[in-house]
Amino acid sequence: MNQNSAPLHEALERYRGNRVVPFDVPGHKQGRGTPELTKFLGKQCLSVDVNSMKPLDNLSYPTSAIRDAEALAADAFGAHSAFFMVGGTTSAVQAMIMSVCKSGDSIIIPRNVHKSAINALILCGVNPIYVDPGVHSNLGISLGMSPSGVEAAIRANPSARAVFVNNPTYYGICPDMERIASAAHAAGMAVLADEAHGTHFYFGDGLPPPAIRAGADMSAISMHKTGGSLTQSSLLLTGGGKISPDYVRTIINLTQTTSASYLLMSSIDIARKALATGGRERLREVRALAEYARNEINGIGGYYAFSGEIINGHDIADFDGTKLSVHTLKIGLAGVEVYDILRDRYGIQIEFGDMSNCLAIISVGDTHYNIERLVSSLSEIKRLDGKAGRSLWEQEYIPPVVKLSPREAFYAEREALPLASSCGQISSEFIMCYPPGIPLVAPGELITRDALDHILYAKKKGSLIMGPQDMTLENIFVVKQDQNLGAPPQGFDPVFQG
Amino acid sequence: MELWYTEEHTPNVRFSIKIKEQILSVKSPFQQIDVFDSEEFGRFFTLDGAIMLTQHDEFIYHEMIAHVPMAANPSIRSVLVIGGGDGGTVREIARYRAVERVDLVDIDKMVVDVCREHLPFTAIGLEDGRVRLHFEDGLKYIRRFADFYDLIIVDSTDPFGPGEGLFTSEFYGNCFKALTERGILVNQHENPYYENYSRAMRRARAHIKEFFPICRVYQAHIPTYPSGHWLFGFASKKIDPVADIDAAAWNALGIETRYYNTDLHAGAFMLPSYVRQQLENPS
Repeated sequence: MNQNSAPLHEALERYRGNRVVPFDVPGHKQGRGTPELTKFLGKQCLSVDVNSMKPLDNLSYPTSAIRDAEALAADAFGAHSAFFMVGGTTSAVQAMIMSVCKSGDSIIIPRNVHKSAINALILCGVNPIYVDPGVHSNLGISLGMSPSGVEAAIRANPSARAVFVNNPTYYGICPDMERIASAAHAAGMAVLADEAHGTHFYFGDGLPPPAIRAGADMSAISMHKTGGSLTQSSLLLTGGGKISPDYVRTIINLTQTTSASYLLMSSIDIARKALATGGRERLREVRALAEYARNEINGIGGYYAFSGEIINGHDIADFDGTKLSVHTLKIGLAGVEVYDILRDRYGIQIEFGDMSNCLAIISVGDTHYNIERLVSSLSEIKRLDGKAGRSLWEQEYIPPVVKLSPREAFYAEREALPLASSCGQISSEFIMCYPPGIPLVAPGELITRDALDHILYAKKKGSLIMGPQDMTLENIFVVKQDQNLGAPPQGFDPVFQG
Repeated sequence: MELWYTEEHTPNVRFSIKIKEQILSVKSPFQQIDVFDSEEFGRFFTLDGAIMLTQHDEFIYHEMIAHVPMAANPSIRSVLVIGGGDGGTVREIARYRAVERVDLVDIDKMVVDVCREHLPFTAIGLEDGRVRLHFEDGLKYIRRFADFYDLIIVDSTDPFGPGEGLFTSEFYGNCFKALTERGILVNQHENPYYENYSRAMRRARAHIKEFFPICRVYQAHIPTYPSGHWLFGFASKKIDPVADIDAAAWNALGIETRYYNTDLHAGAFMLPSYVRQQLENPS
C-alpha cells in the first residue's frame, strides 16, 4: 500500500477547496459564527471541523476515505484491521474487553492495569483475575507480569476468556509478550494489549516488540501519546483473523460518538503517514536523544536514569528506551517534588512524578535544546535542593480479596464510612497509589487490614493517591451490608495468588 | 533595480538597509546565515533574518559588552564568552594583557567559519593565542564548571530560537556556580521599547535576580538593533559596577575606544524612567 497517501487528509483538503456551502452541523459554519474561537484556533482548523458527509465518509460505517485511511493504518502497523477511535485509548481498551468478554466472563489482568480496564469490567460485568506484576526492589516501580505468573493464572482459571497485558507500563517496562501470547492461545484465550505508551514500538529499531507482532489478538494504541496525533485520538488494532472486524466495529459503535471529530481523525491519518514514511529515522533520533539525556543525567550524580540494564528476563522482559525515567531518592527528593520544581521554577512540564521516580516522555517532537534545558534544570535542582539520600519505602504486594464483581460492587447500595473504620468492608471504590501504581483496593474487594494499613501509610507519606470520590480520603464508599447480592459466579476463582 | 534588506522589528515595524550585494546565504544545522554588503553600514551578517552586527556600528555593542565589566574589575583573569562566534567580543577582551584565558562557546561552527571568511574585522579577535573555541550548546558547556570564571559574557541571539536556553533560570544558576567569588555575568538584554523583547528581558532579569545579589542594567545606542536602544544586564556576586570602578586605573591601561569611556560608564547605568519602571515591576 502507498503509505505516502493520506486519504482522509486529502478528502478534507478537497472539501476545503470546493468551498461547500454548509447547511448542516456544526453550527459554527466553518468558524464564521464564532469569531473568538476562530481567532484562537485558526480559520484553517475551524474550516475542517465538519460533520460526516458522503465525500468525507462516516466513522460508524466507513465505506470510502475513512475505510481507506483505516486500511493504511492497519498496513502500517502490520495489523489485520485498524479502527480510528475518537474517545481516547480508554475507549479502545473498553472496546477490546467488550469484544471478547460478556457479562459473567472472567479475564486475567495485571494488578497494575490502567483504570480504564477496570472501568470496562464495571461496564460489562466481567470478573478480574489479578496477577501480581512484581515491584522493583530498588526503584519501587511496578513491573510486567512474569510468564510463569500468567501461566499459573491460566492453569488456575481455565475458563477465563482473555489475558490482558500492558506493553509497556507507564515507566517503559515490557513483559514477555510472545510467551504470554502463546500460553494464552494454547488455552484458547484471547490476548489483549494496552499499548497506550507503545505506539512507537511499531516503527522503531531497537525498541521492544509490539504486541500485534508478538501475537496479540487486539491492541489499544494511543496515537496521540507518542505517535504525534491530537490528544484523544487513538487506534484499535486486531491481530490475526480470529476476531471479526465487523463485530469489533459493532461493539465500538455501542458507545462511540456518531459525530466523530474530523480534526482528530485527520490527525491520526497524517501521523500514521509520518510514522510509516519517516518514523524509523525520526525514532532513531528520539532514542539517541533519550540515551544522551540519560548519560548526562547519570553524570550529574545522585540521579539514576535507568534503562535496559534492569532487564531480567522475568518481570522485565524489555525496556522502552524512549522513556526517560529518573530515580530521584538518592538526592533526597521524591520524584513528585522534582516534578513540581521543574514545572514551577523552570517552566518544564514532565509527564509524571511519584514517591521515588519522575518520568519525561521523549517523542517525535523533541529537540536537543529542550533536552539540555531538562538536564541543566535537574543539575540545578540537585545543587539547590538536594539533601541526604532517602531510602525507598518497601512495599509488599497485597493480594486482593475479591468478594463481588466490580460491576456488582459499583451498582450495589453503598455508604460512606470513615476510612480508618472500614476494615472488613467491601469497597465500592477504586484506590490507586503511586508508587507503585497499583490499586490497593478495587470495587468489589475486601478492605483488608494490610490494604488499609498501606493506604493510611501512603497517605501519611504524602504518596499520590487517586480514585476515591472523597478527594481528602477521609471517607470511603463501601457496599452496604445485608443486601441480597449474588455469590461470585460459578467456576470463578477470584483470589488467585500466583 | 534596488535591493533592500528588511527586518521586521515587530509585526508592524520594518527596518531596511539598501544592499550593494548579497555575499552569502547558507543554512547551518542550527540557523540561517546571511552576509550582505551595504553602503550605509558596510558588511553585515544576519542569523535567521535578524542583524547580528554591521561593520559600521558593531563597535558600540562589543565595546559596551566587554569594557564595562572589565573596568569594574581589573583583576579579571579568566573569561567565558557564550555565543559571539563573530569574534567581536573576544576581540575587545583580548585587548587586556592581564587576561589569561578566554573560552568562546558557540553552538554553531558555521558562524565562526563564515565570519572568518567574510567579517575579518571582528573575526580577528578569534586569532588571539589565549582564545579557545568550543562548539557546543552553552547551556551544556557551563554545567561542568564550578568556581572557575571571573567573567561570563552572554553574547547571544534573541530568546526565540537557538538562544532560548541562555535566558533561563537553569542557565543563570549554572553561571552563578561557574563564577568565582568576585564573578560577574554580563548579558545582552534586548530592548526595552517593543513589548515582545521587553517581556523577554524582564523574564530573564527575574531569573538572574534569583541568584545574584547585585543586578544592574546599562544601556547603549545601537542604530541597527530594534528600537536603537539596547540594554545589557550586569549581575555580580560582590562588585558594584558604578561604585567599585577605578577610572584612573582603567584609563592607565591606554585602551583606545570609540564608544566606551569611564564617564559614560557611570552614565550608562542611568536609565530612563519608563525603563526603571519596567525593571521595578517585572510582571
